[in-house]
Amino acid sequence: MAVGAKKLPWWADGILLPTLNLLAAFLVSGIVIFAMGESPLEVLSLLVAGAFGFEEGISYTFYYATNFIFTGLAVSLAFHAGHFNIGGEGQAMIGGLGLALAVFMVGDGSPFFAVTMGIIGAAAFGAAWAYIPAYLQAKRGSHIVITTIMFNFIASALLAYFLVGPLQRPGGQMPESADFPASASLVGIHEMLAGLGITFEEGPMNISLLIALLCAVGVWFLLARTRFGYELRVVGQNQNAARFGGISVSRMTIVAMMISGALAGMMGLNELLGDQHRLVGGFTQGYGFVGIAVAFMGRNHPLGIVLASVLFGALYQGGSEISFEISTITNDVIIMIQGLVILFAGAMPHLFKGMIDMILGKLAGRVAA
Amino acid sequence: MAQSPQPMSFAIEARDICKRFGEVRANDCISLGIEGGTIHGMVGENGAGKSTLLKMLFGFYTPDSGEILVCGKPVSFVSPANAMACGIGMVHQHFMLVEPFTVLENIILGAEGSHNLGVAKTAARATLLELEEKFGFDLPLDEPVENLAVGVRQRAEILKALYKGAEILILDEPTAVLTPQECDQLFALVKLLKEQGKTILFVTHKLHEIMAVTDDITVIRAGKVVAARKTCETSAAELAELMVGAKVVREVAREKHKEDTARLVLRAVCCANDQGREALKNVSLEVRNGEVLGIAGVAGNGQTELLEVITGLRAVTAGSIEVSGAVVNSCEHKTDAIALRRMGVAHVAEDRLKTGVVESMPALDNIILGYQREPDFSSNGILRLNNIANKAADYFESQDVRPRNPNLKIGSFSGGNQQKIVIAREIARDPQLLVIGQPTRGVDIGAVTKIHDQITELRNAGKALLVVSADLDELLAISDRIAVMCEGEIMGTLVVEDADERTLGLMMAGQRPEHGSAVAKEAG
Repeated sequence: MAVGAKKLPWWADGILLPTLNLLAAFLVSGIVIFAMGESPLEVLSLLVAGAFGFEEGISYTFYYATNFIFTGLAVSLAFHAGHFNIGGEGQAMIGGLGLALAVFMVGDGSPFFAVTMGIIGAAAFGAAWAYIPAYLQAKRGSHIVITTIMFNFIASALLAYFLVGPLQRPGGQMPESADFPASASLVGIHEMLAGLGITFEEGPMNISLLIALLCAVGVWFLLARTRFGYELRVVGQNQNAARFGGISVSRMTIVAMMISGALAGMMGLNELLGDQHRLVGGFTQGYGFVGIAVAFMGRNHPLGIVLASVLFGALYQGGSEISFEISTITNDVIIMIQGLVILFAGAMPHLFKGMIDMILGKLAGRVAA
Repeated sequence: MAQSPQPMSFAIEARDICKRFGEVRANDCISLGIEGGTIHGMVGENGAGKSTLLKMLFGFYTPDSGEILVCGKPVSFVSPANAMACGIGMVHQHFMLVEPFTVLENIILGAEGSHNLGVAKTAARATLLELEEKFGFDLPLDEPVENLAVGVRQRAEILKALYKGAEILILDEPTAVLTPQECDQLFALVKLLKEQGKTILFVTHKLHEIMAVTDDITVIRAGKVVAARKTCETSAAELAELMVGAKVVREVAREKHKEDTARLVLRAVCCANDQGREALKNVSLEVRNGEVLGIAGVAGNGQTELLEVITGLRAVTAGSIEVSGAVVNSCEHKTDAIALRRMGVAHVAEDRLKTGVVESMPALDNIILGYQREPDFSSNGILRLNNIANKAADYFESQDVRPRNPNLKIGSFSGGNQQKIVIAREIARDPQLLVIGQPTRGVDIGAVTKIHDQITELRNAGKALLVVSADLDELLAISDRIAVMCEGEIMGTLVVEDADERTLGLMMAGQRPEHGSAVAKEAG
């Protein structure tokens, strides 16, 4: 598959580099933790145990990972078309709004119908929210990075308006909607496993994890196997060649951004339909932004994004466990560790590329000599 | 440090330089000595390793092994700044000039010498005037570079290198963008620089040029030095043979062409360029079946836009274009690129890497570009990967593309092999009209012959071809008629028998041909 072609061999680019970046992030975190007088190894083992050591922890890890898969795929799809969609956060918010409107409109009834409408509402609203910056880029030349950032703020304000206005829980004071109708709920994985006779502790992990994985396969298929995906990648790599090949760059910009927005919008399935069962202000909690780091760390390949999502899910879950165990490791320290991982893996993914390139070149030279 | 066994007269010397990129040995133990005060020519096919060597001599790359000596002293460059400090200057094929800046500002860029730009400019101006006097330059120092002709820009680049203290000048394909008259000026300048004691490394693929100006010649093939000759002791034919490793037959059998119906007709076509300025002015042309119409002209005189309006990439602002009798581009309607391909119009883009291929994608993905919607490449929106792989194998076999691996990124093939892939893609569907920009730009001699042969075969088979080229030799070799463009206008059309470099050169510079009889009948 030609997605994200780079100079290094695939294993160095896809495995070695992310591992080195992760190690660098842990190394710096370890130094800070050591300076605070705690044992870095203990913190690391607590983090791993918190994320994977018990069933409820695992459930949370994959619950968070689900959000990251949606937003990471959203960022990467736009990226393949040559655009940097910073608006995943806003698209997720508006997607959540669309989801809530859809399930309230459907009311109580068939769970399948309610959930389907919820998915459609989330995807359609997310896509529509991405359409505006995409249109402005394609037809008016406004830069998508700027407009999507600004649209995050507009989305936030719009969501707040709905949650203290038309959608606010009757009689409530909080920026949140009434509970969804009972039928608008996604099955928990523990319930599915129970159906198969396997007992698994209750947790927030739900069937939207499988939907997210299906989306990952879908994105891979779209990019690698379809004509549309081919045209999308051509536009992303070389717009002149795209025009030469009869591909409309503006149309592709709009369509790719809408798919990206739809994927970001579907994050609400997990948070809202899967867990909270109502629309809550600020439910996106920055997952849309972290999706950028996830996409980079996953090298914009759907499989890489799924793996990076699990890593970030584990950081979120394991991190929150540490603060229970060691009082000096407060939530701020956890945020710092997450920030370092984002910094090394997301913002500086090529930090070690030159070094590896050089070492591999030397090795190849020695083998040949 | 080992004592140099060579005489100290080498201004710059490379000893056993090796450089590899992954699997590819770009330079394999290259040794080369350039005597001070001479003009040294370097020739080689595209992909032979010339550019890699130049980049090491100028500090862009560091060699894996071997050493570089300047005036007998070993040096190790980690950046071009080191090379410049040792008195090496380079004029790149694509100029490194900031277009909105004046000549003076460009020349002092990076060597201002003062934080106060006014002071820096005044100081530089004095030095530059001295240099200009010494080397016979007459550059408009206060003119923005964007207003200057290509030849003048090139002299600005050379002056820039001299200003920065270059004793050794590397000229990479310096004549690629020049008119014959500008080339003559360049050669005169190069000889003057030599008289003033400068050392020049002149890299080109045009053999008659290298024969005309150099003292010594090094031939590079497949990363190795295959021959070093005194210019006076060799010939263009020998060099051509050395470059490709086999005798080159450049003469292509051309059957008497049959006058037939017009395949492509342009009627008083006007169009604007990307900046909204008029790029084509009342261009009327006709290409008949079974003929090659060559378009000559200095780059940037409307040829790019001409190719674009014909191939559906740019709308006309006046006039009309007809293919096989149907209007495909007029003010009312523009047929898009895909529909044109289905009408039998194939297009080999003039700037391969910018437009014709997606450099970062494998050859496999590139062979379907423009044809991705054809049923054998995709059905119901799904790519037919098996068919694509089979087609790629066919193309690679029929065009003898090397290496035979369509999974490699197209950017990692040499220019000649890239062009072979592109041509295979465009002729695969039996086009009736083939529009070619720069058929052999950046293509090695071996591939040039093959490409010219293919153009002639298509012509003999009754296809219509329109070829834009900066290389007059090429146009004279393959065209039936040659139209010359200058500032968006057709200066005239000559049948090839009446055309020669001098006449064409004058027309390229804006003169209309004196003899009405020499102008072939135009369409419209």
